[in-house]
Amino acid sequence: MADIFPVAFLYFLGAALLLLLPKGPARGSLGLLIPVLGGIMVWFLPEGLLWNVRFLGLELEFMRVDKLSRVFAVIFSIAAFLGNLYAWHVRDTMQQVAAMIYAGSAIGALFAGDLITLFLFWEGTAMASVFLIWARRTEGAYHTGMRYLIVQVGSGVLLLAGAALYHRETGSLTFEAMTLGSLATWFIFLAFGIKAAFPLLHNWLQDAYPAATVTGTVILSTFTTKLAIYALARGFAGTELLIYIGAIMTLFPIFYAVIENDLRRVLAYSLNNQLGFMVVGIGIGTELALNGAVAHAFAHILYKGLLFMSMGAVLFRTGTAKGSELGGLYKTMPLTMIFCVVGAASISGFPLFSGFVTKSLVLSASTKEQYYFIWFVLLFASAGVFHHSGIKIPYFAFFAHDSGLRPKEAPKHMLLAMGIAAALSIAIGVYPAPLYALLPFEVKYVNYTTPHVVTQLQLLFFSALAFAVLMRTHTYPPELKSVNLDTDWAYRRFLPRMINRVAPGLWSVWTAKLNFWQERFNDLVRSLHHTHGPEGRLASVWPTGSMVLWIAVLLAVTLVANFLSL
Amino acid sequence: MAVEPAIEVTQIALTLKEQLPILQIVVPFVAAPLIVFFGSRSLTWPITFAASAISLWISVALLLQVADGGFISYQIGGWAPPLGIEYRVDAANAYLLVLISAISTVILPYARKSVASEVARRHHTLFYACYLLCFTGLMGVVITGDAFNIFVFVEISSLSTYALIAAGAGRDKRALTAAYDYLIMGTIGATFFVIGIGFLYMATGTLNLADIAERIAEHGGNRTIHAAFAFIIVGMGLKAAIYPMHLWLPAAYTYAPSAVSAFLAATATKAAIYVILRFVFSVFQPDFAFQSLALEFILMPLAVLAMFAASFIAVFQSDLKRMLAYSSVAQIGYMVLGITLLTQTGVTATIVHLFNHGITKAALFMGAGALALRAGSSFYDRIQGMGRTMPLTSAAIVIAGLSLIGVPGTAGFISKFVLVEAALDKGWWLVALLVVFSSLLAVVYVWRVFETLYLNAPAAGTIRQEAPLSMLIPLWIMALATIYFGFDTQLTLGAARTAAEGLLAGTTGMLK
Repeated sequence: MADIFPVAFLYFLGAALLLLLPKGPARGSLGLLIPVLGGIMVWFLPEGLLWNVRFLGLELEFMRVDKLSRVFAVIFSIAAFLGNLYAWHVRDTMQQVAAMIYAGSAIGALFAGDLITLFLFWEGTAMASVFLIWARRTEGAYHTGMRYLIVQVGSGVLLLAGAALYHRETGSLTFEAMTLGSLATWFIFLAFGIKAAFPLLHNWLQDAYPAATVTGTVILSTFTTKLAIYALARGFAGTELLIYIGAIMTLFPIFYAVIENDLRRVLAYSLNNQLGFMVVGIGIGTELALNGAVAHAFAHILYKGLLFMSMGAVLFRTGTAKGSELGGLYKTMPLTMIFCVVGAASISGFPLFSGFVTKSLVLSASTKEQYYFIWFVLLFASAGVFHHSGIKIPYFAFFAHDSGLRPKEAPKHMLLAMGIAAALSIAIGVYPAPLYALLPFEVKYVNYTTPHVVTQLQLLFFSALAFAVLMRTHTYPPELKSVNLDTDWAYRRFLPRMINRVAPGLWSVWTAKLNFWQERFNDLVRSLHHTHGPEGRLASVWPTGSMVLWIAVLLAVTLVANFLSL
Repeated sequence: MAVEPAIEVTQIALTLKEQLPILQIVVPFVAAPLIVFFGSRSLTWPITFAASAISLWISVALLLQVADGGFISYQIGGWAPPLGIEYRVDAANAYLLVLISAISTVILPYARKSVASEVARRHHTLFYACYLLCFTGLMGVVITGDAFNIFVFVEISSLSTYALIAAGAGRDKRALTAAYDYLIMGTIGATFFVIGIGFLYMATGTLNLADIAERIAEHGGNRTIHAAFAFIIVGMGLKAAIYPMHLWLPAAYTYAPSAVSAFLAATATKAAIYVILRFVFSVFQPDFAFQSLALEFILMPLAVLAMFAASFIAVFQSDLKRMLAYSSVAQIGYMVLGITLLTQTGVTATIVHLFNHGITKAALFMGAGALALRAGSSFYDRIQGMGRTMPLTSAAIVIAGLSLIGVPGTAGFISKFVLVEAALDKGWWLVALLVVFSSLLAVVYVWRVFETLYLNAPAAGTIRQEAPLSMLIPLWIMALATIYFGFDTQLTLGAARTAAEGLLAGTTGMLK
């Protein structure tokens, strides 16, 4: 077994080698080589516990290979390859190294056989990924990165606390299926939930992803949340609570996505919505549902990456990703447009595209287990997805009113990365068998039955019809040059009134409380500074005499204590 | 029972292997006057380095001999103890010998350029002679088995340390007052220590540690012995900079030449902590230490106080070297805390932290010195933005900083983990929590360094150039060591366990 070592180390080695290579093609090639090598390694690994290390009396399992971890590792390797290909032009050492460590940590976490190893890599992803946000090197990006880091590290701390409690309760640290109930499992659940962007824990995602660099967002969108999906699938499959959490996740981002102007942020919301489908699948927990969640994660990484890549290319060429400032780009960026449409078709679940074959697994599982209401919610959410990601993104960016922008086509390496992602998305949609073979359980499911295709097409066409009607009648929320929620008349009329009545009261209580604690904290720091600061009594240089006096006092006290203890 | 070991080893040592304990001291001790005798600046550094490297080799050889829990007794001049002076090497002090000589051997290549820029050329021969004497003194304190001999070596190391600190005066005149303060304080500490030894001699009639231990075990304690305990703890506590007897330390470390700061921070206080360990657990009867209120009610609160007060001071500092000095005071708190737990795990934590903190602080002070070389001083507003101009130095500082915090995967984590484990074993939940909380303060002050180095724009007028390779390599050896010992705990933790076992065996440990 000497030839087997954790795949993560390969990436870390790659990150170290990157520093030694000159900027340019050499580094780019290494960035492509490592995921390929890693991918080959993952593909041929035997199953089982392959590599462990004893550390402080704990047995740390770095390489637990089974079907679940392997399928995620395969798609992570592909995504790392595509992300690095897409970032071929980047000459920023910080981003390249961070992306490499980030991908390595994420893959390392997939193979973690115990909670401590999981924690180490979990924090590794947090630490590495924040640099992709900081790489923008603006004041705003710095603060966003800080908020992101606090949330991510918080998740790690919860995980560690949960692991410690879990160890006390069960005497084991193995990362395996758990049942919610004790404080320990709740902590772990919450830690996963933060990374999976559960409702109310989700804000970091929309905050951070659009703030990262063009290439950074593509890489960010792949790993963190899907790692959390993997962790949930491993730890909490069949937890009913997840079904409802997932259902809410599929719904609420839709409304935000419709009125959001920044197209990358729209994608961030729709990412949240897609995660919802996976969480529902995990919550149902049957073999079919889990297969669906995993397959959906697989396909999702490809088409969501593709969409982020196409929007990134637009941002790269035009300097903006705001719907109101874009339009008519199809004239000069036709290839990017085509790839974006492929991504949009995949996420919307058009037959023959990847989203269709994976999402339907989850939908079927929900009806099979008689969660009809959930099924309906997911169906509605699918329509919503089609609306905001399937139509809105390509429409506002590439068609709509002509913005007059005539940017160049995206660079070749970006086109290549998008092309591969698009080809894979179509391939999965047309011939899903190889993907199904990778899944943790055997798949006995036929996608292309008449009812499936017809239902899906009906849904899509009516959704498209609604969009068309709204656009024709000019009642569609216009692409205003705003970033907040002030587009729809319903929002203007009713919600503000409600909010205006309730909010000031709540707000003043909140700020008063916040101010109170802020003041207390400031007082504390001030008084600490007074005593411990450079001018403070404790830190100042003492006269030799008083130093000696204190020693004499200490000696006297020690002597007395000694005599007393006789 | 008392005479047995003495009879056993009365034959005169003949082979080189048997002479190793004395060579350990003699080599650097003779090299020091040699440097002055030759007076050649070109020979100075090579001789110093050779002496240090030979010492390292000897100490490793010694550690290998005693790693299984045995000990070596060496009688100087063939005079058997208790009359003659005995060098006694067991796992605990062999471990310290390796630490001190290894750190010295890594720091010396670094010192060459650093000292050249901070100390006037004409003082170099004397500087290195003092350095070797200081080194000899520290090694001697650790290796000897004779109470009065400890005092002699303490004085040798202290006197040369005063001179070494004063050598920083070329850069900043405040080095002189720092050296003066340390001179006064150090002398008082040594005096207390020698008074304590006097009491012990009075009560037991012997100066050999093993002998004293045996007599105390036989006859039990009395007032004189208790007074001796207090004097020795306070005297050595001063040398170890136990809070609030640390007041000499920040100024001394701040104004001393960078190489000296790195060496002293990593070794000097550690030797003093070792002496305390030796006296508390081996010389005085273990029961005595257990009954003593002094440890639990005086040293323990002081240790906790140090962890917080010194950390808070470090948070507000605006000079990197001074910040590191205060952080050292806080870290010594952790070591003292381990002692006051009076359990084997606690002592293990102390010993392993001696080592881990030694390499961590050495790396940090070396990094600070490298920054100061290019920036002119180690004030935050001078070194800000150096992450871009000196990426390698800054990265090493960050790695060592992580170890100072105790991030998993670094050496610092191991020792804090063992310490928390020891506190929990004893049922001191609150203390364990306090250790964790005070580590959070380390996060704050290390973050400030990170922020200064990476997130601020460079100050005007700094030289935009990476440190020379002769400084970078030792710095990175130390930084990588903090990572290495975060994963491979066999050497550090294993040896510390053996050492703690030997120490806690009390008198029996001293007498085989």
